Amino acid sequence: MIGILALQGDVREHARAFADLGVDTSEVRRRGDLQGLDGIVLPGGESTTLSLLLESTGLFDPLERELNAGLPVLGTCAGLVLLATRVEDGRPDQRTFGVIDCTVRRNGYGRQRYSFETMLHRSSSGTPPPTAPDGVGAPWSEGGELPAIFIRAPRVVSVGPDVQVLARIARLSVRNWSGQDSSALSGPETEEHGGDLRGDGSAGGDPALCRQGNALGSAFHPELTNSRDVHRLFARMAGVKGAGL
Amino acid sequence: MSDGDGASERTTGGFVVKRGLADMLRGGVIMDVVTADQAKVAEDAGAVAVMALERVPADIRRDGGVARMSDPELIVGIQEAVTIPVMAKARIGHFAEAQVLQALAVDFIDESEVLTPADEAYHIDKWPFTVPFVCGATNLGEALRRISEGAAMIRSKGEAGTGNVVEAVKHLRSIIGDIRRLTQADSAELFGWAKSLGAPIGLVREVAEAGRLPVPLFCAGGIATPADASLVMQLGAEAVFVGSGIFKSAEPERTARAVVEATAHFDEPDTVAKVSTGLGRAMPGEELSELTERLAQRGW
Repeated sequence: MIGILALQGDVREHARAFADLGVDTSEVRRRGDLQGLDGIVLPGGESTTLSLLLESTGLFDPLERELNAGLPVLGTCAGLVLLATRVEDGRPDQRTFGVIDCTVRRNGYGRQRYSFETMLHRSSSGTPPPTAPDGVGAPWSEGGELPAIFIRAPRVVSVGPDVQVLARIARLSVRNWSGQDSSALSGPETEEHGGDLRGDGSAGGDPALCRQGNALGSAFHPELTNSRDVHRLFARMAGVKGAGL
Repeated sequence: MSDGDGASERTTGGFVVKRGLADMLRGGVIMDVVTADQAKVAEDAGAVAVMALERVPADIRRDGGVARMSDPELIVGIQEAVTIPVMAKARIGHFAEAQVLQALAVDFIDESEVLTPADEAYHIDKWPFTVPFVCGATNLGEALRRISEGAAMIRSKGEAGTGNVVEAVKHLRSIIGDIRRLTQADSAELFGWAKSLGAPIGLVREVAEAGRLPVPLFCAGGIATPADASLVMQLGAEAVFVGSGIFKSAEPERTARAVVEATAHFDEPDTVAKVSTGLGRAMPGEELSELTERLAQRGW
């Protein structure tokens, strides 16, 4: 059974993704809901709101204990912010679970007008990371592509040595939906598109999907696409059964 | 699509990312704020977004005159004060105000009946915009017309600035009741529904099949207490806009926090009771029969 934190955000889309794989899910709203879970999802939403509600419901501390004890967790977008060890541009009092050793910058790609869809490629994601001890590798299905939707997304600005980067965003090329080249847009945030190349010789740009131990964090929203590759990967990490796995 | 050098196209402004932001706000509270300080209070209380305004609807109603888009200086000041999404209102049909709001990089544009309409025949064509739009609706036909024009979120209109939830309930029940009836209609009847709703048949079919709107349905217009928020969430709203209800109450910080918790735990009366306790005076509110103007009648 995979629990989905259901305090705020896009809970239904995660439930549907697991249903497509034949994996059972339940909603987590209070302490007792943590019982008997094989894994938990922290969905997309507003990370500041989720932090406050986790505290007020008394879920933060027991969930933190579970995660530190190895409960598999998938965090998407705001969920990744909650898993990171360091948050830039967050609220000063924002607590996180700190189970993925990385620094994320909230809204690191700019405001909503810069939210984007793209395709992640195996070819631009650098050297495949070593397979984790549980034998679960990277999310690539046969085509080596993964559709990704970034909505006011956190930007992973650095990762620690124990983090496997499973997918990276490719280098910059922005096109507006109406065909207009956004690089022609003037505005205070245009420069936020830049700086994608990390200068460390890695093939692509920023990390988009990261794993450390039993924690999987994505800066994008796999639940908003038709691809189930990320949810399949997580279901395998959690060791649950499903007809579609 | 595929490429060898690691470059890949990014597309901004597609409907998927517009509706996606609306989805991320589900289960949350969006608060009207008129200063950067109020915006911080809202963020501290757990709001998922703020609506930057010069005057809250209760004051617009009291002052009269033409209500327009806010001064960009106010909007930018609020954008700089908070990290959560910032929304702002444009007049119905006033696409130039909407262009200005997009240039300011607001995260959502509310084409709102709370402001004085600029066009008596047409709403804004919202498709060419990169920034998503939310529009008000009083019934299913109006909701689907706005979606056909490109709205990425629908909110009930209610009757803004009154602190009286009765109209929001009426509009939600109308929209959700008709959605339920649509799911029971056969394929031939759907054409009759499209005609009577004044909505495109494609969208009518989509709603009949899914049993919900193709974009999130939020509630606005008259929500003043935690129990109001619980009520509209139980009726089927997916999130709540609170306008005058927060900063016209005796204790804005506590009221804001209480409405956030009551929205997240809308189906747990114990929690709603706990957060409602000792909040002090709610906004005074108005009886609808005493109103000289119904804002909800603006737009079509």
